[in-house]
Amino acid sequence: MKNKNLKKTDVIFSCCVSGNEKFPILAGAIKKDPDLIIDEIIESGLKGRGGAGFPTGLKWKFAAMNRSLEKYVVCNADEGEPGTFKDREILLKVPEKVFAGMAICGQVIGAKKGYIYLRGEYLFMVPKLYEILDIFHAGITELGYDFHISILQGSGAYVCGEETALIESMEGKRGEARNKPPYPVADGFRNKPTIINNVETFVNVAMIQKYGVAAFKKLGTQDSQGSKVFSVSGDTPNPGVYELELGMKLSDFVDEFGDGDTKAVQVGGASGFCVPRRHFEETIIGFEGIPTGGSMMLFNSSRSMYNVLSNYLDFFADESCGQCTPCRVGCQQLTVGMKAIKNGEKDADYLNDLLKLADAMKITSKCGLGQSVANAFSSIVNNFKEEMIY
Amino acid sequence: MTEESLFIKKLVEKYGKSREALLPILQATVRTYRYLSESAMNEIAAQLDISPAQVYGTATFYTFLDVEKRGKYVIRLCKSIIAEMKGKREIQKAIENTLKIKMGETTPDGLFTLLETNDIGWSDAEPSMLINEMPYTNLTPESVIEIISDLQAR
Amino acid sequence: MNPKINLTIDGINVTVEAGTTILDAAKSISIKIPTLCYHPDLCVAGNCRVCVVEQEGVRNLLASCAVPASDGMIIRTNSLKVRTARKAVIELLLSEHNSECTKCYKNGTCELQTLAAEYKITDTTYVNLVPYHHYTIDNFSPSIIKDDSKCIRCQRCVRTCEQLQSVSALSVAYRGEHMKISTFMEKPMYDVVCTNCGQCVNRCPVGALVEKSYIDQVWDAIYDPNKHVVVQTAPAVRIALGEDLGLPHGEIVTGKMVAALKRLGFNAVLDTDFTADLTIMEEGTELLTRLSQALVDKDPNVALPMMTSCSPGWIKFIEHQFPQLLPNLSTCKSPQQMFGALAKTYYPQKRNLDPKNIVSVSIMPCTAKKFEADRPEMRDSGYKDVDYVLTTRELAVMIKQAGLHFDQLPEELFDSIMGQSTGAAVIFGATGGVMEAAIRTAYEIVTGREVPFDNLDIMPVRGMEGVKEASLAIEGALPEWDFLEGATLNVAIAHGLVNANRVMERVASGQCSYHFIEIMACPGGCLGGGGQPIPTNAEIREKRKEAIYREDSGMPLRKSHENPEVAAIYAEFLGKPLGHKSHELLHTHYVDRSEN
Repeated sequence: MKNKNLKKTDVIFSCCVSGNEKFPILAGAIKKDPDLIIDEIIESGLKGRGGAGFPTGLKWKFAAMNRSLEKYVVCNADEGEPGTFKDREILLKVPEKVFAGMAICGQVIGAKKGYIYLRGEYLFMVPKLYEILDIFHAGITELGYDFHISILQGSGAYVCGEETALIESMEGKRGEARNKPPYPVADGFRNKPTIINNVETFVNVAMIQKYGVAAFKKLGTQDSQGSKVFSVSGDTPNPGVYELELGMKLSDFVDEFGDGDTKAVQVGGASGFCVPRRHFEETIIGFEGIPTGGSMMLFNSSRSMYNVLSNYLDFFADESCGQCTPCRVGCQQLTVGMKAIKNGEKDADYLNDLLKLADAMKITSKCGLGQSVANAFSSIVNNFKEEMIY
Repeated sequence: MTEESLFIKKLVEKYGKSREALLPILQATVRTYRYLSESAMNEIAAQLDISPAQVYGTATFYTFLDVEKRGKYVIRLCKSIIAEMKGKREIQKAIENTLKIKMGETTPDGLFTLLETNDIGWSDAEPSMLINEMPYTNLTPESVIEIISDLQAR
Repeated sequence: MNPKINLTIDGINVTVEAGTTILDAAKSISIKIPTLCYHPDLCVAGNCRVCVVEQEGVRNLLASCAVPASDGMIIRTNSLKVRTARKAVIELLLSEHNSECTKCYKNGTCELQTLAAEYKITDTTYVNLVPYHHYTIDNFSPSIIKDDSKCIRCQRCVRTCEQLQSVSALSVAYRGEHMKISTFMEKPMYDVVCTNCGQCVNRCPVGALVEKSYIDQVWDAIYDPNKHVVVQTAPAVRIALGEDLGLPHGEIVTGKMVAALKRLGFNAVLDTDFTADLTIMEEGTELLTRLSQALVDKDPNVALPMMTSCSPGWIKFIEHQFPQLLPNLSTCKSPQQMFGALAKTYYPQKRNLDPKNIVSVSIMPCTAKKFEADRPEMRDSGYKDVDYVLTTRELAVMIKQAGLHFDQLPEELFDSIMGQSTGAAVIFGATGGVMEAAIRTAYEIVTGREVPFDNLDIMPVRGMEGVKEASLAIEGALPEWDFLEGATLNVAIAHGLVNANRVMERVASGQCSYHFIEIMACPGGCLGGGGQPIPTNAEIREKRKEAIYREDSGMPLRKSHENPEVAAIYAEFLGKPLGHKSHELLHTHYVDRSEN
């Protein structure tokens, strides 16, 4: 690292638990009192790594408290957020850790079945995953523990990353988000209590079991504990996957990964926020600032932010499930509205109408997809107004 | 019984007749036939005791569950913003010129279909594409032509 | 008893049972929250987002139809945040909707239009998206027109078709901006498993699904001096028509309806009830014949249980879904089609008219009747037996077009011949009614005595339960029916195709011992038909049901075989039930449609 403030870590990908070492974590965990594990995860401050950042320990506690005899563990590997590819690397390099985290979850909440919902774009890795899963299953049988993981495949639908849409898809239906409440922890897959966590979250759980809460808390900041795997792309000499401590300044990040001419960073993918150069210094990447599932897209001054936004809007208009009005129609209106302003068919004031529309979408949409369109829209429009009009 | 309905029958034996079996059955059908024909969807509906409209409605929700006839090799070129920035347009041109088809079309020999798709998870290695299930990354106009001729030669 | 929940809505404290939605909690204190995708007959969708409300301390608004009230909630249904957001949602819906309201069949009865009026949407903020979509109108079906340019994607039709009818001819297809309500492969409704029941039409809040209207053709016929236009009215029309003309639910308007039809210019106003009574004679005899073949002749090929055939939505359903059970259907045509066949044979013979100049119109609570009238089998008179079928709603439109003040019309009587009816015919309009009418007659034929129920009211076959079962022991059979002595007749009644489907699955698997089954395609029977006034819900159907049974008890004749016109037609024209002429005119056959 050339930037001294940026703290690179190596927990997630470190090979310490590959080979023969992968079972001790599980062997230790299954002997432990489930309540103790929950307390440890709560104490660690671990928040979901998919982007929404719900406290993992609390989620597990809700599911554990539920008396249902049938519960499920689901690993959300529907990594569809534009600019995100870190789960791909985790699943290619350390799938055992994901499996271990899922099995610990099964032990904690009392579930015998786990599912990995793998996005259709990652089917190429299925044979390899099954190979490792076979070894894993043999291993847990040896431990006398009953937990089985299957892989379910997506077929190209971003919205299935939303947890209730994901459940619908697992049940063989269109991936349309459900009304909430009830939440999956109470009423999920097959209407049973279901824990859905991101790939990286499960790895973190396994790592907390291995290294302990204190080691985990040493990383990151008060509000953003632990490390995070980032997917770095765009105008950078070094695109790729990097594990960094949370709570960094965006300016330090840009200093490390930028090409010297970075004009904006889109933090958190198309559903995240655009930060312009003038705000790099004051922006913290973490739950106290901008939380992210890990997508960091860098844009240099040769890029048109209008093109960036148009690309995102086309994406949303296409990937909206289409069931709720604000998201289905709102995405179309933002798309055609921006074009109309650019072409001069609508005057610049129309931008304000569209900003209000984005705000309305945020508070009226049924699920996270429609609710988060405003993030990119408003942050790009407000910071690059001229580029939108001229 | 046609080869297709025999194939679907076997899938139903493997995955069962519950609604949960629908996606795995559709996916397996597409993997073999590259799309879902009208007769295939009818057969699946009958086997799972749901209406053909429900099969159609579910299939059309998912980008990869095509209900239009596709080529043996379905090329899905990533159209994310990063792909655009890294030269997706040149790759598209190279493919279109090589195969003499436009985006969305299938070659007359039924070998290739060219489609666009949203982010396929390789923003660190754009431009990228999927051909059937396999990703191809860091594409150049030269490399993509080579990939295609390799497949043509098969 | 559910625990109680206390919450505050617009500053008013309200206590509701746990599980009550915010929408219903608000309703209980007379606060109206607008809705579009919500329908009391259907599961909650929560997708239109019109019913959003604000909960104190929560950033996002809540869909009040979907979120249950919880203790301590402070809800605002009309805050600035709510109004602004709701208005945006309505404007978005309008931007996607073909808003040429003055040229729309639902002009004046459209829920989106009403909402836009309430919110005084006078300018268009957003871009009109209609030109961006390639919409086509499906008007191939004789019953239903589907116009996607007017669709607001509320999915009421999809939920209706799936949950109430277990047909799922309609499904949600595609995604995002391309999401649409579609049949299989976007085929015309005519080409798929659609039963034409029109329950989707009855629940579509806009003009995306409407009945195919034949009002203009009927006016043309009325004004043609060379035509003799006869009109028949189905039992369920008279207890619902008033709803579309400003009268309360469940008002019986038989006399006013007849008066209105006469003023519209029909040459003869006749009654489908007459052929409902005739149906009982034919169908009752058919049942007894089948029982005799099974019990006396020991014929193993007799198809039992026998099933009713009055409901054309049901007929198309069984033709698609259970073709192996087609032999179990009664071969009787529906009352509408019996009437049609007689209207161009018996009627002109008696009235000394040329059948080719007769135009036969029917007023039905039903959209499937339009398809039924178009069936190639339905031309036994040598002509199209029923030329035009209008729904209850279309008749209301004609009455308004003619400028009639319906509530002020005098009560008039049906013309004769083919205008007389009994209470047994009237109850055809409610689920269980055909069964009750059949039992009233068949029991008397077999035993020579009236059915052993107070006031002839066979209560076990009445009511809104999805599937009803009843048994009737036969004692003291007359000598010619002695093979039925001591037998117990088992019957079942189902309404709504989802219930029909349940019963048919049992029949198909041989798990039941029914002799006779009545099926009506629509919830509640014809009184809840797809052609009835909009809206419909359980409460309204209950009121219509009460009206039907009120009409029945008020009739001087309550049994089909006592209808003097029925006796006359057998004496003068048909001979006897199931006789040669009956077979020719009143019975039909069915088509296996399992291939599409």
